Amino acid sequence: MTADPASGAVRERRPVIERRLHPVTPFRRAWAPVAVVIGWALHDPDQAQRQLTRLTTTTLLVGLGVLIPAAALYGFLTWWFTHFAVTDSELRIRTGLLFRRTAHIRLERIQAVDVTQPLLARVAGVSKLRLDVIGTEKKDELAFLGADDARALRAELLARAAGFAPETAHEVGEAPSRQLLRVPPGVLALSLLLTGATWGWLLAAVVALPLLWTVTHSLWTLLAAAVPMIGAAGASTVGRFVTEYDWTLGESPDGLRIDHGLLDRAHETVPPGRVQTVRIVEPLLWRRRGWVRVELDVAGSSNSLLLPVAPREIAESVVARVLPGVGVPSHAELSRPPRRARWCVPVWWRGYGLAVTGTVFAARHGLLTRTVALVPHAKVQSVRLAQGPWKRARGVADVHVDTGADKSVTARLRDADEAAGLLRAQAERSRTGRRDARPDRWMA
Amino acid sequence: METGNPRDAGTAGPERPAEETAAAAATGTAAESSAGPVTGSAAGPVAATEAVEPVVPSGAPVPPGGEPKWIALPPGLLKVRRLMLVVWLGLLTLAAGLVPGLLAGPGWAAFALLPLALLVWGWVMLERNWRSWRYAERSDDLLISRGVLWRRETVVPYGRMQLVEVTSGPLERHFGLASVQLHTAAAATDATIPGLVPEEAERLRDRLTELGEARSAGL
Repeated sequence: MTADPASGAVRERRPVIERRLHPVTPFRRAWAPVAVVIGWALHDPDQAQRQLTRLTTTTLLVGLGVLIPAAALYGFLTWWFTHFAVTDSELRIRTGLLFRRTAHIRLERIQAVDVTQPLLARVAGVSKLRLDVIGTEKKDELAFLGADDARALRAELLARAAGFAPETAHEVGEAPSRQLLRVPPGVLALSLLLTGATWGWLLAAVVALPLLWTVTHSLWTLLAAAVPMIGAAGASTVGRFVTEYDWTLGESPDGLRIDHGLLDRAHETVPPGRVQTVRIVEPLLWRRRGWVRVELDVAGSSNSLLLPVAPREIAESVVARVLPGVGVPSHAELSRPPRRARWCVPVWWRGYGLAVTGTVFAARHGLLTRTVALVPHAKVQSVRLAQGPWKRARGVADVHVDTGADKSVTARLRDADEAAGLLRAQAERSRTGRRDARPDRWMA
Repeated sequence: METGNPRDAGTAGPERPAEETAAAAATGTAAESSAGPVTGSAAGPVAATEAVEPVVPSGAPVPPGGEPKWIALPPGLLKVRRLMLVVWLGLLTLAAGLVPGLLAGPGWAAFALLPLALLVWGWVMLERNWRSWRYAERSDDLLISRGVLWRRETVVPYGRMQLVEVTSGPLERHFGLASVQLHTAAAATDATIPGLVPEEAERLRDRLTELGEARSAGL
């Protein structure tokens, strides 16, 4: 993505204003050396203590006198040499002290825009703006910007990406957002208590820890086993509660708005037509309440949650908004593999299912936690059929549908002839499904 | 092994009746019937929806152009692969025969039979594998089918191609071979055609690029 002649001409017409990040930016890595020292001390306490006793006041002072100014200088210089600018078609980020790096991000190719505020950044009143584009390993993020600047910049980027006239784009302001759904904290907490992972870790702790104690009678072994267990249980419940707290889903002309977080706030925007797949996950213990979780894949983006928990009907109406004109097939509509498939995957073959409607390819897997993955035909990149010797002997085959988000949806154990037909028909559908897709610039 | 092989005619081979396919598949004559177009033949309407439930509203329209025109790989790839097989396993046979034969007595030289058997088996297998590779350019997508025991068939619509790559390593270059690889936005797409004659690879590349441009669509 280099500057093409066209944007060069544009630049002459209207000068590109380069801006710097917020002045607190240099401090964002200030915790890193402290963390390294603490980590080292924890990792090897004896060695650390020996080193500390050897440390005299003078060496300490000299060390600090050199280190702190050096770190401060480095922080200041990286901040000083980082610029960004918004042109008519691109966001340019120029950075690097020794190794210069210039990123030109084409706005119509934006897959998602996230504004996040870690806890400390909330205290400082700044936020981070990240753009998801396809094919970059290193995510380009602007950290940090003033909170209001970040919102204004996001609005401007989205307005330009949507195809508003360049002259007016920075005045369009934030598109009005309509709230679709807000997940109450009580429901979220209950839903997390009802997930298998929580109970699994609890059960493991209850069974394994007393067993370990009777075998070893060693407190350290017990702790070594208990800490990761508690950590995992905490991450799957408390951690998820904290990130998914106050989950608000909104709809605006700029696409989906997802706001969430208790300590770290995140505001994600997914422009229209960027969603590649949607998955509806139904854990066993949620089924009685009719709750589901909805996940989505956007190319180049790491966020994958759309709704942490919602009643099925509401989730389906949300899916219909995310993928216009798409209905979620009910479990009865998904056809199971033929009975002989039980020789390939015993018991679990019943969990597989497939339905193809006019707009989506829907495949289900899982028996306890049922997951239905939906791919709009227009998002299919390639279709593959795979059949090993054992499956051929049973006359079944798998059909994989690949999407641009680097995720494949697989219809497993279909009848071989059906699978072959499906392969051809799906290729045809995904080709024609593309015709009425919306343009990248959704307002143009 | 040769019976169900469609490529000699350069076209799609005899259409097997659906019953026969299903029967062959069900009785488990896996390996032998495999080279045939077990799945490839069912390109027509899925008449064989004798599946248990009223499956899928897959109306399965006949794709434009009807039955695809399959193209097989030129023999070069087989030659190179066999050469490599003979070189490596030949060396292994020599080593397995000479080392125990000289050190432990002539009877132990029988160890050489093992790699030799492998060589013979590989010789046959390589041909079966080579025969199983085929591709077809249809009006709107490219079909690649391969594999004897593990069958794979990939369909890539031209409009989804992001990049067409022609590669040719030193060995391949020496034997006048090149492979064409198609990349889409999905990394899982494994659309590679190996062992093409360079002219054909270039023709394919140009044609694919041209078609890709004409039918291009974003993500």
